[in-house]
This record gives sequence, structure tokens and C-alpha cells, in this order.
Amino acid sequence: MIVFEKVSYQYPRGPLAIRDVTLEIKKGEFVGVIGHSGAGKTTMAKLAVGLLKPTKGRVLVEGMDTAKTPVSELARKVGYVYQNPDMMLFASSILEEVSFALRNLGYPESEIEERVLRALRAVDLNKPLSASPHALSFGEKHRLAIACVLAVEPDYIILDEPTTGLDYYRCLLLFEVLRKLHQAGRTVIVITHDLDLLARFSTRVIVLERGAVIRDGKPREVLGDVEFLSEHGFVPTHLLQLARRTGSEDLTPEGVARAVAARLIGRQASA
Amino acid sequence: MGNAAVTVRNLWAKYVGSGDWVLRGVNLEVREGEMLVLMGPSGCGKSTLLKVLAGLLPWVIPGTVEGEVLVAGVDVLRYGYKGLAGKVGVVYQNPEVQVVTRSVFEELAMAPENLGLPKEEVRARVESVAKALGLEDYLFKDPQSLSGGEKQLVAIASVLTMRPRVLLLDEPTSMLDHLGTRLVLDLITQLKREYGLTIVAAEHRVEWAVEVADRVAVMSDGAVVLEGSPSEVFSKVEEVQKYGVRPPGVSEVAYNLVRMGFPIRIPVRLSEMEEVLGGG
Repeated sequence: MIVFEKVSYQYPRGPLAIRDVTLEIKKGEFVGVIGHSGAGKTTMAKLAVGLLKPTKGRVLVEGMDTAKTPVSELARKVGYVYQNPDMMLFASSILEEVSFALRNLGYPESEIEERVLRALRAVDLNKPLSASPHALSFGEKHRLAIACVLAVEPDYIILDEPTTGLDYYRCLLLFEVLRKLHQAGRTVIVITHDLDLLARFSTRVIVLERGAVIRDGKPREVLGDVEFLSEHGFVPTHLLQLARRTGSEDLTPEGVARAVAARLIGRQASA
Repeated sequence: MGNAAVTVRNLWAKYVGSGDWVLRGVNLEVREGEMLVLMGPSGCGKSTLLKVLAGLLPWVIPGTVEGEVLVAGVDVLRYGYKGLAGKVGVVYQNPEVQVVTRSVFEELAMAPENLGLPKEEVRARVESVAKALGLEDYLFKDPQSLSGGEKQLVAIASVLTMRPRVLLLDEPTSMLDHLGTRLVLDLITQLKREYGLTIVAAEHRVEWAVEVADRVAVMSDGAVVLEGSPSEVFSKVEEVQKYGVRPPGVSEVAYNLVRMGFPIRIPVRLSEMEEVLGGG
């Protein structure tokens, strides 16, 4: 479990980015975090992995207080994928890139290659291990960055706006990879602006505004509340609006279509 | 609709070092006052097409371009971006690299100053664009203090002061959050509906595009593979998806209904789905 206990964070000589946040993320969840620029999403992610320490309150990762635990220890439990994969990639080959953290954490050589291959398989990246990370496409770099984090096999994986710069097809591919990780028992926390993808894949949605959690619940409760979304500056998609209109609890195109079908059949029957 | 504002015939283009052609025989026509939205997966060529229309490829970015391109009456392959000065405005993805001066006023004044217009005329243009877009309160702010969406508004306003006949937009919202996206899309809608500007935009917000665009062109592998009104293009749900483009949510839902055996027409706008749903 990741626990935020009355957490606030103020950047040195900067704004109060997180205000008195209390929440728990349990193992096995697929959490979506939404919020406008400056709402505190990235700050919250960095607090959860121990890259930032709370100025007030405590963050506990599997019971370990992030303020008192070395980042290397936390890295075995929580992985963080930066928004821009170029921020993470530096090595001259895929093998070197993915094994870097494992070497730092002191894994034996015999185990490293096995873990690298497993991580690359999980993200469906089928490139030679000797290939340069810089020769990959943007989408492939993204999946490589995720593989680097996965190789450590953390229980929790946090992704910061992984869909930026990806087209629709590549977004779907990426979320399919996340779904597989989730099904394999990992806890996935993803920051994104894409409400339809969260409606389809997540099990919980947290809404941040000016550093505070203003809504936290199941996707159909949060994303299904189109008035709430509009009031807070989000653009409710067709799917969310139609789900609301038809009372569909399922927010996928198939689910909403079934709800529309039920109405059409009902109307025929009463006519 | 009036005369052709943009004509592209059998356009082929590649970059130095790219080897293969990135555009492979593109044909397009955009009439005056029309808005065309380009869609397609990464690497389909939409951004390259905009670079050719703006006279940047091969004039600023080295490459090879063949075919015929007329924009606002200018033979672009012959005269390049210089021939388009004052006629065509271009706005890119990243507002950070486009906004360069210390005040919004200076930013808006730059293009007309570069056109050599007298000071009074420059001021009049800046003030009229600021007024039309509701940016008056921003004029003396430092652009760096603005949000991403506001910066992008300033970037668009700063090309409007040269009174372009054609506006080219390359994914202007892809780096913005919901608030910024709303600001920018509302502005583009206003430019199209109230000012009748000719617009060619690569933009993936499909549920907005179907409300505003006159025509949509889907690109794949350097060619236009589907083209028509939003309804004509997005009612072909399966085909659109095959090319890696997200259809509007209502079209996806309707497509599922058709597969269940309901004999309905596939709508592309939420309002059209109301007709299918009926009252209540």
C-alpha cells in the first residue's frame, strides 16, 4: 500500500504544490490521476516514489516512510516513468539501458539478462538488445523507458502523461501493455488527460485541483459525472456524455452501445 | 465557398537523409473560407505537408519537393516562405518555442513590423486583434507568465496581426491540458465561424473537428486515403480505425449498434445521436 497522511509539499521559494492530501493506494489498483497543469500531479507522483519528501505529513510505501528510506530501497517497490522518455534514456544499447538499474541495485549478472528479456517482452518491444535507444521511434522509446522501470519488478508503477506525443493507435497499445501488467498483479498509477482511456482501463480515478484531491472514486462515479467534469474545466467526451444520457455503468463503446440498444428495444416494445 | 486558397497536385517530398519519400502523390484543394482538418497516425506525413505549404521544406529544412503547390495565389515551390510573407500564418505544437518577446504587445506587433508597416498601422492591428480575441488585458503581460494555453493563444494572435489569408496549424493543442485545449479550440472555432479564415489544421481532437471542419483528410503513408465532410469520413468507422485514427465516440457507439443489427445511420456528432435516441 502507498499511503499519503496529511501530506503537503512546498517547493523551495515556490508554490504550495500539494495541500493536505490523505489517501491510500492499495495493491492491485489501476489508478488514473487527472488535473490541469499545475494541479500537482507530477509532484504527487514524485512524492510517492520518494524523489521529493513531504514538507508536512508522511508518505508510506509498504510501511516505509519515504523521508527515512533511501531512494534505492524505494525503487525496488515503486517505479516512476518520466513524461519525456528522453529524460531517462542515455545508454548506447537497449541491453545496457534496461540493465542499468539492476546493476546499480546489485543484482547478479545471471539474473540481469533474464529480467531484461522479461521486461522487454512485457512491453512488446522486439528489437535487438544491441540496438541504440536513440534510433527508436518516440513510441518505442516510451516502451523502453517503461521496460527499464519494469526490470526492477516493482509492485507499483507510476507513469507521468505517457500518452503525450503518441497517436491513438499507440495510446491503445500502451494501455494494453498497462492492462497486462495490472492483470499480472502490478499496481498501475497513470497521469493522463485522456478521459476515454481511463474510462476503459482504470479501476479508480483521482482528480487533483490546486494541489488538493477534489474527487476520488470509481471511473463511472467520477468520469460519469459530466456536470462535475465540465464545472472543473474538463471536456467530457461523447462516450462519457452518452453513458450519462443512457445511464450506462459501462463506459466503453460496447457498453454504451448495449445501453442505447436497451432503450431502442424498450421504445419499440412500448410503441 | 470561393476560389481555391490552397491547391496541391501530385506532391512528393522527402527530407535530406530520410531516403524514402515522406509524401507520395498528395492531391488536395481547400477553398477560401474553408477549414480542412488533417488526421492520421504519427509519421503519416501531415506535418510534412504543412511544412511544404508554409514554404519551409525545402527552403529552410533541406529536402526534395516535387509537384505543384499554390497557397494564397503564390507558387510556393518557386517562391518559398518569403513569397508567403503576410499571406500565410503558421502555428506549431509547442508554444514555448514560438513566443519570444518580453510582452504580449511586442509579440503581436512583430509580424506587421517585419512587413514594414507604419507604427500607427501596427498599433491599430495589434489592438484590433487583441480586442477580437479578448486579449486586451494580456497586452502588457510577460508571455512567460502565461499558461501553455494562453501562450498558444498569443502565438495564434501574433500571426493574425499580419492578416493572413490562410492559417496553417500543426497540432496546436497536443501539448496542452484540458483548459488550454478549450481556449485554443474555441479561438480557432471563432476564427472560422466569425472571420471566415481559410484554415488547414493537423489536429487529433476529433470530437471538436467534426463540429467545425468543412472537410477532413485522413493521411496514411504519405498520401490522402480518405477525404470528405466529417460525416462522410467518420461514418466509415472501421476504415478510419484501420488508418489509426480515433473516430468520434458517437460513431463508435453507433458502429457497435449496427453490428448488433440496428439499421441506423452512423452519426458523427452528439446532436445527431439524439435523433437516434429520441426524446426522454
